[in-house]
Amino acid sequence: MTEPVLSIRDLTVEIPTRQGLFKPVRNVTYDIRPGEIRGVVGESGAGKSMTGNAVIGLLDAPAKVASGEIWLKGRRIDNLNAEEKRAIRGKEIGMIFQDPLTSLNPLFTIGEQLVETIQLHLKVSASEARDRALALLERVSIPDPVTRFNQYPHQFSGGMRQRVVIALALCSEPSVIVADEPTTALDVSIQAQVLDLIKELASETQVGVILVTHDMGVIADTTEQVTVMYAGQVVESGSTDQVLSAPTHAYTKSLIAAVPRPQVKLHRFPQVSYGNRETTFKIEDLARNWEQTAPSKSGKLLQVQGVTKKFIEKPAILPSRRRYFTAVDNVSFDIKDGEVFGLVGESGSGKSTVARMIGTLLPTDGGAIQFDGDDITTMEPKALAEYRKQIQMIFQDPFSSLNPRMKVESIVAEPLIHHKLLPPDQISARVRELLDRVGLTREAAAKYPHEFSGGQRQRISIARALATQPRFLICDEPTSALDVSIQAQILNILKDLQEHLGLTMLFISHDLPVVRQMCDRVGVMKQGKLVELQETEALFANPQQEYTAELLDLMPRLAQLSG
Amino acid sequence: MVSFILKRIVQSALVLLITGAIAFSMFSFVGDPIDNMLGQERTMEDVERLRAQLGLDQPVPVQYVKFLKEAAHGNFGVSYRQGREVSEIIMERAPATLELAAVSALLAVVFGISLGVFTAIRRHGFTANLIMSASLIGVSLPTFLIGILLIYLFSVELGWLPSFGRGEVVQIGNWSTGFLTESGRKALILPAITLGLYQMTLIMRLVRSEMLEVLRQDYIRFARARGLSDRVINFRHALKNTMVPVITIIGLQLGAIIAFAIITETVFQWPGLGLLFINAIQFVDIPVMAAYLMMISVMFVVINLVVDILYAMIDPRLRVSAK
Repeated sequence: MTEPVLSIRDLTVEIPTRQGLFKPVRNVTYDIRPGEIRGVVGESGAGKSMTGNAVIGLLDAPAKVASGEIWLKGRRIDNLNAEEKRAIRGKEIGMIFQDPLTSLNPLFTIGEQLVETIQLHLKVSASEARDRALALLERVSIPDPVTRFNQYPHQFSGGMRQRVVIALALCSEPSVIVADEPTTALDVSIQAQVLDLIKELASETQVGVILVTHDMGVIADTTEQVTVMYAGQVVESGSTDQVLSAPTHAYTKSLIAAVPRPQVKLHRFPQVSYGNRETTFKIEDLARNWEQTAPSKSGKLLQVQGVTKKFIEKPAILPSRRRYFTAVDNVSFDIKDGEVFGLVGESGSGKSTVARMIGTLLPTDGGAIQFDGDDITTMEPKALAEYRKQIQMIFQDPFSSLNPRMKVESIVAEPLIHHKLLPPDQISARVRELLDRVGLTREAAAKYPHEFSGGQRQRISIARALATQPRFLICDEPTSALDVSIQAQILNILKDLQEHLGLTMLFISHDLPVVRQMCDRVGVMKQGKLVELQETEALFANPQQEYTAELLDLMPRLAQLSG
Repeated sequence: MVSFILKRIVQSALVLLITGAIAFSMFSFVGDPIDNMLGQERTMEDVERLRAQLGLDQPVPVQYVKFLKEAAHGNFGVSYRQGREVSEIIMERAPATLELAAVSALLAVVFGISLGVFTAIRRHGFTANLIMSASLIGVSLPTFLIGILLIYLFSVELGWLPSFGRGEVVQIGNWSTGFLTESGRKALILPAITLGLYQMTLIMRLVRSEMLEVLRQDYIRFARARGLSDRVINFRHALKNTMVPVITIIGLQLGAIIAFAIITETVFQWPGLGLLFINAIQFVDIPVMAAYLMMISVMFVVINLVVDILYAMIDPRLRVSAK
């Protein structure tokens, strides 16, 4: 066996807090050999990113390495001073962050950022640096590097930006790359490409990669070694095959069990049961007070007929000179009463635009949307207000969809007040009841959104959406910002709502295993068009379109797992 | 880009028309200029004759249209009080105000930005906190009070600097400058500080909070992870991103420096446009007031246009739609 290029020995990170010393990382030990990809998996807050930050010397004060050692190629690096650590960053250890949309400076060209990094580490002339930058862009498969060199980050798609970020991490041939959730923000198809690139680079340049992720599928597909972390500690470590097929620790077992299986449909999402954190959700209470509404006249609550949306791509004073981009092109589908209708596709395929048009957040450019027989695109304001009461949306990002300056109580009360559903003196009691029923404590009402975790915030969003007792719920990627364990809880809540309250749902996601578990029927969108619409089971078993088959192929599979 | 600028120019013209209209409708409340122009021994006939001669017997909209027509030909009329061409008077007074405004603006921008960056980087440092507390004084004290305090300290008590006027000036063509004589430069110091202090503290506080926001961004973290030094990160990566929103405010504040030099000029008896305007109001000198207000509006509009173009130059994301 070759010598490890990076060794972490008994690493402990401490953060002094008012309640005492908090240790987000405790006695963590693992090695990376040249050319090896080590996955570090666990839920958010498990300390996996914190370990990565400690390695690269970027712990945010007041967090600091309290004990343990980090060795890079036989040299101890955890006790270096700030300047020595800076000299290692980028040169010996490269870093890839989660969100490619925000890790590049928007005001500098790709070329400027590459040349700057290369010249810093390699002491070469400007023209040599430029040549090297072009070669790197070529290496990470950016087409037409000479043109791309002079472009700004916003002119690149998400996947392309992540390639640029990888090129930046590779500038001075580092021996280790810390990749912190490098594909979490990307589509399945782009994710597969980026992971392939990382695998290729590891075997070619013999760079060791620490791949931090919460996605078991990515671990199974990409890594050779895996370290499972829970609450700051390593619970299990070993070869990926072995850990996934024969996990020894209870947490690993429950984590693997909680991964939504693309192969089969289960009734409920298995939750990560370890640590006894399953929160109760009192759906029966909610159902008792829920006013049942009459079924829709036609049995089809929502009918989308030939809906189109165009955005102006090139503005001009003369309408004839404007150029349009068709985001949604003549899309039609029906959603039956009590059905969960899934809409899948890559980012930019127009699925969220459809949701926004149904939610009347965007006007349509043609076609009709009928809700219980009435066309909402031509509705009078008064009827529209009534319609809006009956539909509610749950958004992807639980961090930006709640107003940070409002208390949870006001957030959940807002729809009640706006639609004048309750007399003012009853609102507070109702809000607490709603919070209670989505599994939050009544005390939550007096707090602000930042005091909650992502999963809890998404529960607040659900409570807000349920306040008006809607008939129709639009869920736009409700769990893609969440961990597997939290995801299972939220999806189970949504499933319960649908079953017990007979809610009709439009469920948008790019996560196909989740869609398979949640939806009755699924529509596949590509470049604004609805290319396929089938019953869920039929679609997964027997896709009719080549594009759908491709999407299904790209799902990271836990082949080793008996599911 | 061309269509963007064209659009802006059309908007600007509209803004000017409306400001002019508002200014004109207000003139009728300032008082009757005739009262001041004719002495005690006037007859009704004299008053009527002069009124007709000046066109003041016509309704306000008609006066406004007439003013616009003349102004389009560069003719702003004759001052009621001085009996000279308004454009001539303004040209004579403009250098004083422009020199004062330029020095104040320079002070405000240079010190505002550098102190803002300093207090952002050394957020927890003692000096930075001291500067932040001191800056509160700059924002909260009214301009005239600062002026009077400075005069008391540096002119009355210490006797270092003059308390009023422009000192000796040198005439270069139509432009009279105070930069070339020692007394001119000395006279400029106190008014420039008085006028620029508020803008400086404002820019400083704005730069600081923007910079703190930018330093929290992922691309700054990523720049650190690439091993860039703090100097490069702070002054190359962070500062440029900080400047995008700050430029708008600086633009507006530059306009304000010129427009609101009135108070400073009054305190220091600075022979500039502000003083001219104050005197014009006292005398209901409508042509001077109208010309001054139009000039200030033009200045604001031009500065904003320049800011918008600068914006596009700094931020490539705004250039795409223009290409």
